[in-house]
Amino acid sequence: MPIRALIVDDSSVMRKIVERSLAQAGIEMSQVFQAGNGAEALAVLKENRVDLILCDINMPVMDGLEFIKQLPGVENAKNVPVVMITTEGSEAQVVQALSRGASGYIRKPFTPEQVKEQVIPVLTGKL
Amino acid sequence: MNTGTATQASQGSHENWAALLELATREVFELMLSCPLTAPATGDESSQNVTAMVGLAGQLCGVLSVRCSGQAAALMTSKMLGVALDKVGPEVADALGEVCNMVAGNFKNKIAGLAEGCMLSPPTVITGSDYSLRSQPDSTALEVRLLFEGLLIVISLQVHS
Repeated sequence: MPIRALIVDDSSVMRKIVERSLAQAGIEMSQVFQAGNGAEALAVLKENRVDLILCDINMPVMDGLEFIKQLPGVENAKNVPVVMITTEGSEAQVVQALSRGASGYIRKPFTPEQVKEQVIPVLTGKL
Repeated sequence: MNTGTATQASQGSHENWAALLELATREVFELMLSCPLTAPATGDESSQNVTAMVGLAGQLCGVLSVRCSGQAAALMTSKMLGVALDKVGPEVADALGEVCNMVAGNFKNKIAGLAEGCMLSPPTVITGSDYSLRSQPDSTALEVRLLFEGLLIVISLQVHS
């Protein structure tokens, strides 16, 4: 079943790469929403229900960790898996992201296979 | 493929950091651009007019930069996005900034203690070659020169002690 994905990253190039990696991983998408930071992503979720969120950590305005902290209060994000994608390799950030509800973690640079390995299990558990 | 041997951040001489910087750069190009880099014997620096820089702060302070020609930056963008070279537009600066950011992140993750203790700034991209970069007098400079599809890219790391 095609999914609706929300990709959150301050780099438009990276958002396109993530979208392409999802497609290369064989994930069918009916709709892809994009946001440049956590605040923009929350605005998208006010109006739209999604099935998967892929989110960078270091972003201006509202970073990824603050964004996922606010997700429990967002109706359209209830039970939506979040996979973090970031350059930072800090163990503390991984632990913090997972403790705030992230389902997976991908470190840049990454391959489409790594995206598949992280995303398919969380989607399988949900769909 | 973040598999580099972990090196201690406190290692004063930075003796193997150039090798780790090269490895970090090669991994970014192989994974994100599907394009292995080669080591140049010499390279033409005259056309190097695009520079991306990322600041490092914390246990390691300094600046990491990636310098190349506009042609190389456009080709990187084309490969990252999977679009034809003539379809590449204003996203070139964003793409080169992301390459620099990933090289910096991948490099620091290879050095024990830096993943936690070193923060990266958002990338800055400069177009043009008529500029000079002044670092603190006690800084150490590392430089790695590689060929990307036959085009020279120079990765520099200025480390402040």
